[in-house]
Amino acid sequence: MIRFILIQNRAGKTRLAKWYMQFDDDEKQKLIEEVHAVVTVRDAKHTNFVEFRNFKIIYRRYAGLYFCICVDVNDNNLAYLEAIHNFVLNEYFHNVCELDLVFNFYKVYTVVDEMFLAGEIRETSQTKVLKQLLMLQSLE
Amino acid sequence: MPAVSKGDGMRGLAVFISDIRNCKSKEAEIKRINKELANIRSKFKGDKALDGYSKKKYVCKLLFIFLLGHDIDFGHMEAVNLLSSNKYTEKQIGYLFISVLVNSNSELIRLINNAIKNDLASRNPTFMCLALHCIANVGSREMGEAFAADIPRILVAGDSMDSVKQSAALCLLRLYKASPDLVPMGEWTARVVHLLNDQHMGVVTAAVSLITCLCKKNPDDFKTCVSLAVSRLSRIVSSASTDLQDYTYYFVPAPWLSVKLLRLLQCYPPPEDAAVKGRLVECLETVLNKAQEPPKSKKVQHSNAKNAILFETISLIIHYDSEPNLLVRACNQLGQFLQHRETNLRYLALESMCTLASSEFSHEAVKTHIDTVINALKTERDVSVRQRAADLLYAMCDRSNAKQIVSEMLRYLETADYAIREEIVLKVAILAEKYAVDYSWYVDTILNLIRIAGDYVSEEVWYRVLQIVTNRDDVQGYAAKTVFEALQAPACHENMVKVGGYILGEFGNLIAGDPRSSPPVQFSLLHSKFHLCSVATRALLLSTYIKFINLFPETKATIQGVLRAGSQLRNADVELQQRAVEYLTLSSVASTDVLATVLEEMPPFPERESSILAKLKRKKGPGAGSALDDGRRDPSSNDINGGMEPTPSTVSTPSPSADLLGLRAAPPPAAPPASAGAGNLLVDVFDGPAAQPSLGPTPEEAFLSELEPPAPESPMALLADPAPAADPGPEDIGPPIPEADELLNKFVCKNNGVLFENQLLQIGVKSEFRQNLGRMYLFYGNKTSVQFQNFSPTVVHPGDLQTQLAVQTKRVAAQVDGGAQVQQVLNIECLRDFLTPPLLSVRFRYGGAPQALTLKLPVTINKFFQPTEMAAQDFFQRWKQLSLPQQEAQKIFKANHPMDAEVTKAKLLGFGSALLDNVDPNPENFVGAGIIQTKALQVGCLLRLEPNAQAQMYRLTLRTSKEPVSRHLCELLAQQF
Repeated sequence: MIRFILIQNRAGKTRLAKWYMQFDDDEKQKLIEEVHAVVTVRDAKHTNFVEFRNFKIIYRRYAGLYFCICVDVNDNNLAYLEAIHNFVLNEYFHNVCELDLVFNFYKVYTVVDEMFLAGEIRETSQTKVLKQLLMLQSLE
Repeated sequence: MPAVSKGDGMRGLAVFISDIRNCKSKEAEIKRINKELANIRSKFKGDKALDGYSKKKYVCKLLFIFLLGHDIDFGHMEAVNLLSSNKYTEKQIGYLFISVLVNSNSELIRLINNAIKNDLASRNPTFMCLALHCIANVGSREMGEAFAADIPRILVAGDSMDSVKQSAALCLLRLYKASPDLVPMGEWTARVVHLLNDQHMGVVTAAVSLITCLCKKNPDDFKTCVSLAVSRLSRIVSSASTDLQDYTYYFVPAPWLSVKLLRLLQCYPPPEDAAVKGRLVECLETVLNKAQEPPKSKKVQHSNAKNAILFETISLIIHYDSEPNLLVRACNQLGQFLQHRETNLRYLALESMCTLASSEFSHEAVKTHIDTVINALKTERDVSVRQRAADLLYAMCDRSNAKQIVSEMLRYLETADYAIREEIVLKVAILAEKYAVDYSWYVDTILNLIRIAGDYVSEEVWYRVLQIVTNRDDVQGYAAKTVFEALQAPACHENMVKVGGYILGEFGNLIAGDPRSSPPVQFSLLHSKFHLCSVATRALLLSTYIKFINLFPETKATIQGVLRAGSQLRNADVELQQRAVEYLTLSSVASTDVLATVLEEMPPFPERESSILAKLKRKKGPGAGSALDDGRRDPSSNDINGGMEPTPSTVSTPSPSADLLGLRAAPPPAAPPASAGAGNLLVDVFDGPAAQPSLGPTPEEAFLSELEPPAPESPMALLADPAPAADPGPEDIGPPIPEADELLNKFVCKNNGVLFENQLLQIGVKSEFRQNLGRMYLFYGNKTSVQFQNFSPTVVHPGDLQTQLAVQTKRVAAQVDGGAQVQQVLNIECLRDFLTPPLLSVRFRYGGAPQALTLKLPVTINKFFQPTEMAAQDFFQRWKQLSLPQQEAQKIFKANHPMDAEVTKAKLLGFGSALLDNVDPNPENFVGAGIIQTKALQVGCLLRLEPNAQAQMYRLTLRTSKEPVSRHLCELLAQQF
């Protein structure tokens, strides 16, 4: 199960934090900093997986942004690694830069909820997700 | 198609965000935020009613401010108002605000229940999904109480839209995980299983997660899911890469759904139905075949998606552990990955192969990759990959390759990362012992360990080498020669001095014939290290010296000179001073015969389990050593290397000299054999008979030391009552008094106190437990001024208990004078796990009238807990290993006492498990671990207690390797809060 999803830039600024288990605010801040510390020191020769506390982080870097998913240790690494890509790949984000995530932060949550819910993968079809998001966008 | 674009929607929000981004300093940002907060506050307070758009905009600004890390203390009502809007965009911002802020303000939840109810009933799929997502995101118990009953209905309703079903399934999953008691099982469960057949793959994707979670708790209710999952999987696996259209990802059909289905199947044993099983095996073979086909795309996404399925397939094959052909194929596939250029694949292959190594079918196949794995240990850049390689070498080790693996691990140790050195040391020590054919190799290996990584060689490791050398006379001469040589090094680690000192003190005579290691040379070599060593080591060396005086009378004068020196006799350290004084006196006053008896060679150590293995298990969780313990792939190993146990006669009939040396209660493996042994030695020599095991009532002071675990072969022999109390048959005693259970509960977490009191009699308890043994003192106080007559307390074992728990009692005086107290000693041995406590029946005559009373003796299974410290990672690994439904017991209950964290801690410690900090991500929760020690078996236990202060509830989860124990512990402990 996914414990949290973080999108951070290289400077450690959080662009999205989605939590699937209860943490208090201080703990969230600590987790954000720790994840940034473990992920940014790794290079291309390293795996995309890091043991993290009692969990593991599956992460992928896109330009200046790190997309990190924290999951249980026995979860399937590659499935989550590609889940990140499937999320980023979405047409809805086509040509989107970091700044767009900042200005449209409230929409990003909607995209996340379409694809992940309750810490599980909800929908994997690009087409279905896009159709749903466009439908929602057409609503007032 | 840039669907996300700047300023889309709310202009004011975009302006505000731009302003914040343009702030040059933190101060400027705070100033801008405060200005905005003042603005929003005035808008919300103003007389003019805000329209929906403005409300949405301001709430969204507040949310942005909150996400920047600032506290928000208003605006909640406006957000709640947005929920009742008919416009999607307004509703969405309202729900988002609540989902994000709910942690900090749970009051909010009560306010929104109504709005959620309306949206769930709205029949508008968009609104229903928003409401379901909100419930799933918050996932609190309150949410569960309000909605858990409605969601199954939405999930299985024929007219629910697909997207609603997807959300409902996962929403229900979240509620079930948070509060399983609130989700009623019912006829909907059968229909949920049939969602596996749903046409919409998204619905299946969501439903599989729900079913996987539900079936772990109720495997029987959901077992029809196996055949449905197999046929679904089969359809996906056999489809062409374009058949599934939307659900094909880089030419791989439905990778995530396949992975989820394979994980669901891992909740069950292999299908019994031959047709289903055949179909499944076909699927698994297809996946393995596809791995050999040329890739349909060069993109890494294609191979990742394909391999995600492959690794999950291999997990399932390993889980079944019944198809040799598949296991070997899996192993070959992983072998290819070991040399793949992708680091991810090498890492995952090492990890997966580690579990394959423990299957008898694939162990040999795994071993063929040894060279590649050794190479990985040497060359991988990522430390986590090297760690996996070390794990795999450990897992694949057996007698045939032990020498190679141990020497490679030793070599790796020289450059290994500090974080994993201690673990590598333990692994090397275990492998060396386990697979030693000749023990000289073992001794060399351990001495190498000390040489290479002395700081990381824990006490357990060097105690162990001493135990083995002491117990095996074929290696003693070699050990003496080798340590002597090792000590020649100009700089040697203090642990080497300890081992050398001990071994030469015992077996130095075996090499004394060689003039190069004559007694004076041995002594001066050891003594040259003396001054650089810590107090503990110097104390050990002093014991070596006195042993030298016995072994080599010619060194007596020199050694007495050393002992007599002011630096020893007046040493500031009391221990050293005492040893010097006492050894000096001993060497002067005792005759040669006495000296020879007192300083005789140490008798063999009684052996149960390698203390190192126990330590690794503590580090890695109790299951860590299982691959090694399990002798099936190397049946001969037990015969040779299990031969460490001394012959029973050595121990069960202790010779006088053994007793004199304080070894009648052999030190537990973890106790320093040298310092503790030597300490006892003196006391015993000078106190003589007092050190003999006393059979009469023991003074309280000696209580603890008396409880040092005696030799396992005859645990009770030394404490035995000359006249074991005859148990009266159960028919002779009355039923326990009504409050017996309540009285028993008081003692679950404590060992001492008043067990019972009425106007005549008070019964006090003092007890102490160690491993699987216990001793209990019962104090019977006569509260009257009249003598009790025919006073006879007896212990009765109802039912099977006789075979589970041995209790020996001593008789007490039949008369108890008025105002007097008598004491009764009970020796208790836990033979195996038990559920019901023994009964204590007390009868006497008071003023001519017979009195009878039956109580439950406060001996519960948790008394035999041995706390186990482990790191968070190990805890979770172990926790996962105990994931069979029957291994877990869970209880959710109301708090009966005020919920105080300190009190809870004390109770859990009193219960007997270790409390592990920093394991649970939620600091409010308590996590514990321990091993229940019985004579027949050990039961590893993990527990987790989650208080919910708001609801005044607890959730208690226990996982043990034995089903009834989980349930019983859970019941015992739940009554304590």
